[in-house]
Amino acid sequence: MLAYFVKRLGLAVIIVSVAMLMLFCMIYAIPGDPAAVALGPRATDAMREALRIKMGLDQPIWVQFWNFFTGAWTGDLGREVLSDRPVLGVVLEQLPFTLALIAGGIIWSVALGIPLGCFAAIRRGSLADRIVGILSVAVIAVPSFVIAIYALLIFAVQLRWLPAIGAGEPGDLGDQLFHLILPSLAVGLGWVGYIARMVRASMLEVLEASHIRTARAFGLPDRQITYRYALTIAVLPTVTLLGVGIGQMLSSAVFAEIVFARPGVGKLVYDAILTRNFPLVTGTVLVTTVLFVMLNLVADLIVGALDPRVRSSF
Amino acid sequence: MTVLSISNLNVVFSTEDGPLHALKDVSFDVPANRIVGIVGESGCGKSTLINAILGLLADNGHIDGGAIRFEGDTDLTTLGPDAMRDLRGPRIATVFQDPMGALNPVLSVGAQMVNIQYRSGRSKAEKRARAVEMLEQVRIPDAAAAIKRYPHEFSGGMKQRIAIAMALMMEPALLIADEPTTALDATLEVATIEMLKDLQQKIGCSILFISHHLGVIAELCDDVVVMYAGEVVERGTTRAIFNDPRHPYTARLLECDPARQTERTRNLPTIPGEIPDLRARPPGCIFANRCHRREDVCARPPPDIQIGGGHAARCHLADMPEMEVAP
Repeated sequence: MLAYFVKRLGLAVIIVSVAMLMLFCMIYAIPGDPAAVALGPRATDAMREALRIKMGLDQPIWVQFWNFFTGAWTGDLGREVLSDRPVLGVVLEQLPFTLALIAGGIIWSVALGIPLGCFAAIRRGSLADRIVGILSVAVIAVPSFVIAIYALLIFAVQLRWLPAIGAGEPGDLGDQLFHLILPSLAVGLGWVGYIARMVRASMLEVLEASHIRTARAFGLPDRQITYRYALTIAVLPTVTLLGVGIGQMLSSAVFAEIVFARPGVGKLVYDAILTRNFPLVTGTVLVTTVLFVMLNLVADLIVGALDPRVRSSF
Repeated sequence: MTVLSISNLNVVFSTEDGPLHALKDVSFDVPANRIVGIVGESGCGKSTLINAILGLLADNGHIDGGAIRFEGDTDLTTLGPDAMRDLRGPRIATVFQDPMGALNPVLSVGAQMVNIQYRSGRSKAEKRARAVEMLEQVRIPDAAAAIKRYPHEFSGGMKQRIAIAMALMMEPALLIADEPTTALDATLEVATIEMLKDLQQKIGCSILFISHHLGVIAELCDDVVVMYAGEVVERGTTRAIFNDPRHPYTARLLECDPARQTERTRNLPTIPGEIPDLRARPPGCIFANRCHRREDVCARPPPDIQIGGGHAARCHLADMPEMEVAP
């Protein structure tokens, strides 16, 4: 188990390093002088040259990359242009809001998707199964920002059940959770569909397995067979799917944060792009990459915890 | 006393092309403390028969007449799902063919063996101790540690022995063994058969043993039921069936056993033809289209002719044993 973890961690380091290289190349390929962009049109040549030296842009490209690379690994992502604060600090300040949003999205999708998929599988071919199927495809097909806007219109503006904007009073957990309901639903609703389809398919497969027939032949109660013997196996692909799906949820989170005017990494990167605050864009992308890789690792570890076959192959 | 008595059992599956008569007028008995073997080719209705007894027929299948009497008067065909579930496990236990897939992959062997004792009222520690004891009886090394392990950590032969231990732990009146040794290699097969026989003596249950391996049947079983295309074509004691087969199908099946082959040959004997379409059963004898002794009378439904001593064959010509034809 430990050896597997170390191996996966090594792989994660490689993935993040490659991501850094690609990110660096992308920034380098963007036309225009970063110093000129940072200083704006009214700066003098002398000022630009001074900033170029300060930012290390006069160095050869491989030195620049090395500085970026070692800096990033030691937590130095540079300083953002507008307030001159360290980028890492700014991003980490916003990260909890986005993490809460994604966690909320996962909770919505799992809490609705798994029971719906399970229900559809048990009542295969029934009207309920078909309704769940159609709804699943529908919520998969609708983009999350559309869901966000409609959720806002219906529940916040028309019905006034839930707050429309913001993340709630700082320090008031109840209020913050209350503000999280709609945005996290917007992030997670599409995934309810994915997970329901996935659980239904794998549940149907597992229920045909011969070990389920054995369980029936020993007269185990239906509930135990469904939930303990079948569902524990049927949810495994879902966990892996969610691990990969975190990336898509991150992009949904960007829209949700903009629509609901919530603080968070998505809002941060959106504002950074509008103000051409490139160090902040780079830093945010890098932090979310690390986040994505780490959550993937967590998903794999969860699969290992649930499936002894995977565990022993570690 | 008879543990299981099946009379005129019919099972029909509804398919897109119309009803499929999978079992037709199946009758035989499993007496107490005896091992009854069922032989037949693939698709002869062995699995359907087991599922019908267990009340686990697929959704599109139903029992269309006949009775399955278990331990006296209880007719399993009339029991509701709950009553049927109460019998599965404690009274009728089953060992399935596929040892690789028969155990749940994400639950430890111990957990599965404890779970199936849920009706016993014992404490968890007692259930665990019982599981260890059964694993020792089927000679799983270091049983106390083995119950903590998962199915994939055992070999195929060990998994099959665990499945047997699970079934016999229930101390059932009837053990259904569905080709329990088919997936094992020859040496393991013999060891498993010996073990099954020992444990059957110890517990005092009856066994319904399904196999297409005639050697195993001859070795293990007291009585034999020969099935063809969903019908019992012949039944009797093992001795009677193997020494004095009266149905042409039984005779041909025995000839096809490679173990009976005394001469070196390139082509093993086969029975020409195929099982007829069960959606359109012929009105007469089901085997007629492949039978080497076919006569005009075979176009009429054959009676179950009693030869004596429980030996019966569903063939017009059962009273006239086949003459040895001079080469």
